[in-house]
Amino acid sequence: MNKFFNKRILFACTAGMIAAACGAPAAPTAAPTAAPVKPTEAAKPAAGAQTNVEMYYPIAVGGPIAQMIDGYFAKFNAANPDVKATAVFAGSYQETLAKIQTTLQGGGKPPALAVLLSTDIWTLLDTNAIEPMDACLSKMGDAVVKDFQPAFMANSKDDTGKVWAIPFQRSTPVLYYNKAAFKEAGLDPEKPPQTWDALVDAAKKLTKPNGERWGIQIPSDGTPYWLFQSLAIGAGSNVFDSSTKVTFTKDAVVTALDNWVKLSKDAKVSPEGIVAWGTTPDAFLAGKAAMIVHTTGSLSNILNKATFDVGTAFIPGPKGFGVGTGGGNLYILKGAPQAEKDAACRVIQYLTQPEVVAQWSIDTGYVASRKSAYDTQLMKDFTAKKPQYLVTRDQLQYAQAEISTHQGGQVQKILGDAVQAALTGKQSAKDALTEAQDKADKLLSQFK
Amino acid sequence: MSTHLRARLNTTLLGVALLLPSLVFLALFTGWPLLKTLVSSLYKQNLATRGEPRFVGLQQFVDLFTDPAFLQVMANTLVFTAIVVTFSITLAFLFATLLNQKLRGMGLFRTSIFYPTILPMVSAATVWMLMYDNDFGLINDVIRFLGGKPLNFLGTPELALPALAALTIWKQAGYLMVFYLAGLQSLPADVVEAGKLDGASAWQTLRYITLPMLRGTTIFVLTIAVTASFQTVDQVYVMTQGGPNNASNLLLYNIYETAFRFQNTGLAYAMTVVLLAILLIFTVLNSVVADRKSYDAD
Repeated sequence: MNKFFNKRILFACTAGMIAAACGAPAAPTAAPTAAPVKPTEAAKPAAGAQTNVEMYYPIAVGGPIAQMIDGYFAKFNAANPDVKATAVFAGSYQETLAKIQTTLQGGGKPPALAVLLSTDIWTLLDTNAIEPMDACLSKMGDAVVKDFQPAFMANSKDDTGKVWAIPFQRSTPVLYYNKAAFKEAGLDPEKPPQTWDALVDAAKKLTKPNGERWGIQIPSDGTPYWLFQSLAIGAGSNVFDSSTKVTFTKDAVVTALDNWVKLSKDAKVSPEGIVAWGTTPDAFLAGKAAMIVHTTGSLSNILNKATFDVGTAFIPGPKGFGVGTGGGNLYILKGAPQAEKDAACRVIQYLTQPEVVAQWSIDTGYVASRKSAYDTQLMKDFTAKKPQYLVTRDQLQYAQAEISTHQGGQVQKILGDAVQAALTGKQSAKDALTEAQDKADKLLSQFK
Repeated sequence: MSTHLRARLNTTLLGVALLLPSLVFLALFTGWPLLKTLVSSLYKQNLATRGEPRFVGLQQFVDLFTDPAFLQVMANTLVFTAIVVTFSITLAFLFATLLNQKLRGMGLFRTSIFYPTILPMVSAATVWMLMYDNDFGLINDVIRFLGGKPLNFLGTPELALPALAALTIWKQAGYLMVFYLAGLQSLPADVVEAGKLDGASAWQTLRYITLPMLRGTTIFVLTIAVTASFQTVDQVYVMTQGGPNNASNLLLYNIYETAFRFQNTGLAYAMTVVLLAILLIFTVLNSVVADRKSYDAD
């Protein structure tokens, strides 16, 4: 259930020819028909004609995602006979984006709709690939627009507040804890730690020597910037201000990284070095880690497999709770014909109905993107049995946008490298973050 | 035109006609991408930003080779290749020598040494990732049982690359062994026998008869092992994603990251050219050496 690295390896273009084979222009689209159309024919309303609309989407979590999506699309098509919507699985997030960019580069016609990372917004804006959501938002109406979780909407907007995307498959990190271990260590299993100090204290009590059980484990391989962001927000500051400005050297951000390093270095409640994202839920389930920070996307897996009571809690920081968001949004692509873009908006409206959102959340573990999804009977029944899911919703009040800048992939990697350099003791938190800030500033200077 | 010449021309034409289908595919899927890669490596282009490709010529390569991150990736790749190639070829030869005996049940040993080859790398890497795990991994269970302190193999900068190398050696030693085994079995028995009659020790037989006669095999095995090593990517993707802090980032993974995560296609093209150049130089050097030695032998 890794957020970014679904372990399916699909190197469509391998070996030395990567860039070349993938950069080759897409096949030209059908040439415009030369035959003149009779005006009478053109004016005639196309009775029974269907608008074809495609949605490219990635799969980033476990479960029969393709089946679910196809199910929603079948229902949409049944209710909308004038539209034929098709969902096209396009690989990982990166592959989906690459497919669309390759199409655009070759002058081809993109699909009207796509699910891409919420943080890809600047890449999509910089390449003039997406359509603003204004028209679609006005069709939805104000009440619906306000019903989307503001924390998720944060990544849909540019620096001026204009909306370019609709939240779809969104997740956040959350603190998981082992209630049985809490009892055993003399801690109240119904009172998870509320501050960073309390977290460290609890972790000390929960830790058993020789790696037999760690108090807390926070994964740091792959894309460590993601979990780090939540720690920084809890320490008082997000890691970026705008699409051109990162804030890696703010005191709060440095403190957050220092605190993370100290978990293993000073408090000895966490393994030294880098902790693997993929096996951290297994360590938690095996009782080797009493608390972990992981995506809400792992919740159903963990609840299904745990042999002990599992609690979920807000992630505490020295300045209060903090959490970043992640996942994918729905985008309408500019290059598609207007009729398809209109149809795409109808697909979006269908996919973001409270009932569909609730079902999608229950089936996948993504946090429901609309507040009213929690008022549906479906969700009420579900959360009555599994109250842990409500914590993931309530935590959103402390959530801030995921780091999203121009050249986002590279900026995220720069921050991730700094986090790893500090955690492995190669650099102090301050030095690593200062170096990262310089690199990011240099990269972002061209966009100012 | 004499009939003789005409016949030759016909043969040539037939040859060309027979080769044409393959040539078309070769041109389309190897020649054209290669050409496009070479040309595009001279342009700055980033799919994540505005703007058309901008011609910068060799400046792209200057940028590349003055980037400390790329230099680290190159150093990692060279160290990784040195470790993997040395150990896997040595092991391959040792296994082949051991398995070249006529003993009962030898088939079983041969199979068990060859079997890692048939596993997909992604599955093997996933299994090894679990074995390396510092909480419940098999290797750390053994270390704990022996009273040692558990090691975070994939999460420690100094250990991550050797850990990847160990998996790669395990995975390919058996494959390379097959070539040595074939080489050993086709050695003329009379030469070895003659050596024995002259009182050559086992070491002398190995040093002066077996190894020189297997030179062709060694050069071939070396070429595949080095090429494969430079193209390592699956296990990096699965196990470390190049971390911690790029300690296990290898060239091909770095190309993938640059092209698809950073969308810096111009730079990725240039890195691809570097990879191709290294492999080409190595392969050519190897065949030159192979040719010269075979003349010596004559």
